[in-house]
Amino acid sequence: MMQSTSILGLFTALGSMRWLSIWRRNFLVWRKQMAGSLVSHIAEPLIALLAFGYGLGTLVGNVQTPLGTVPYFVFVASGLICMSTMNSASFEALYSAYSRLDHQKTWHGILNAAVTIDDVVLGEVVWAAFKGTFAASIILIVMLGLLLAGGHTVTWHFVFVIPVLALVALCFSCMGMIFTALAKGYDFFAFYMTLFLTPMMFMAGGFFPREQLPNVARAVTEYLPLTAAVNLVRPLFLGYAPSDIAVYLAVLVVTSLVAFGIATHLVRKRFAQ
Amino acid sequence: MHTPLFQAQNLVKAYGANKVVDDLSFRINAGECFGIIGPNGAGKTTTLKMCLGQTSADSGTITAFGMDVATNLLAVKKRTGVVSQFDTLDPDFSCEENILAYGRYYGMRDADIKTRIPELLDFAALTHKAKARPGELSGGMKRRLSLARALVNRPQLLVLDEPTTGLDPQARHLMWERLRELLATGMSILLTTHFMDEAERLCTRLCMIDHGKKLIEGTPRELIAEHLTPEITEEIEGVGILKRRSNLEDLFFKFTGRQIRMDS
Repeated sequence: MMQSTSILGLFTALGSMRWLSIWRRNFLVWRKQMAGSLVSHIAEPLIALLAFGYGLGTLVGNVQTPLGTVPYFVFVASGLICMSTMNSASFEALYSAYSRLDHQKTWHGILNAAVTIDDVVLGEVVWAAFKGTFAASIILIVMLGLLLAGGHTVTWHFVFVIPVLALVALCFSCMGMIFTALAKGYDFFAFYMTLFLTPMMFMAGGFFPREQLPNVARAVTEYLPLTAAVNLVRPLFLGYAPSDIAVYLAVLVVTSLVAFGIATHLVRKRFAQ
Repeated sequence: MHTPLFQAQNLVKAYGANKVVDDLSFRINAGECFGIIGPNGAGKTTTLKMCLGQTSADSGTITAFGMDVATNLLAVKKRTGVVSQFDTLDPDFSCEENILAYGRYYGMRDADIKTRIPELLDFAALTHKAKARPGELSGGMKRRLSLARALVNRPQLLVLDEPTTGLDPQARHLMWERLRELLATGMSILLTTHFMDEAERLCTRLCMIDHGKKLIEGTPRELIAEHLTPEITEEIEGVGILKRRSNLEDLFFKFTGRQIRMDS
């Protein structure tokens, strides 16, 4: 409407720091109910790690990957942390943001003050990314303990998992925001989750090496954001620098930027009605 | 003539074939309370949305504080406070925290907001509810908290969309009293309402719109004097003949009719 969304517009909004007031608003709410919200985001992936890592891992033993022979526990842990980041960032950008947009009309109130729609969307995606990264960091600490207790080698590469996951969380926050802008109700998100997030969870190489997939399926899923995430994070778990870093980082950055542009456009349209 | 504080010129807005606002112009002078009145669906909300930059006009211009609203939206918003018709308070925050979070949206520093909070709560008669959440407040208290929140950045212009809809008589009178106090400090107000008693009590000048077009504009007393006889005789069945002073509501019915709007 008033200003077109462009890369330049995004950087102007970023630089103005007005988005921080929206981030701080969400942080203040979260501080009041942190315990409950964290438990759900942390318990689930850890239970999955118990089931797959120890349960299935005992049956599978090691898996052959392009990175060499890898214990299944390490293999699946590196996949689960990516999925968990995707899920918690998506949940925040979908259900929680939508409740602020529609049910509570929080965004309507905020937009009456001296902020733009770009600021609100930016504040929300950075918030959802923060929340996803925060939950992932706690899970990572637990995983680190389990890896060390299991006698697995962990190197300094492990530290880089957190910034990579922050980018993964941002990417899924931006994508989720598109569906939030389009939603007419909470039911709408079930489509996005079952048609997009869940298939991606199984095809991105979190549970089994993608080399096992038929060629067509492999080609189609090669550049999905979650595939990029797993391809970046797994080597870091194993103590290597990922190969094709630039390609996978580009997948995440470009997806984030494009999704952010679409999301702000849609939110602007929604508010102009 | 000096430049008005706020001016809308020849605004047009259509949704498809439906012209919601049709060549509407008005101005607000500093220190004035200007009312836009009209039945539901007359185009009041769309006009406000254009004034606040939430939707763009198909044609026409809006200026505020000497700036074009479309190109200086943030600068205009910094000097404007808005109380919307529906409640947008944060249910998870106390009254204090609601004001704190809102001041941050204006880019105010926490220290400045915190000195402002007690003044604003006092103004809104909510000092005793500082730690209460909106869920624990009555309708009137919530509306006053919304007003307090909108004042955090010391706006020059206050925009109110149906400020007393849904409130009980006590709460309405308290709201009016507060708005008159603000006017007395030199603040300007733009308000929409479909309550004629409200318009008559608060508005320095008003315009009546229907189907997106301006019907009449002036001070409430002028308009009544110009378009109505000073006294109205009404026959109420079972009660008898009632003679009373004509008011804005009579004027409203004269121009917008008595039938119920099916299209709104």
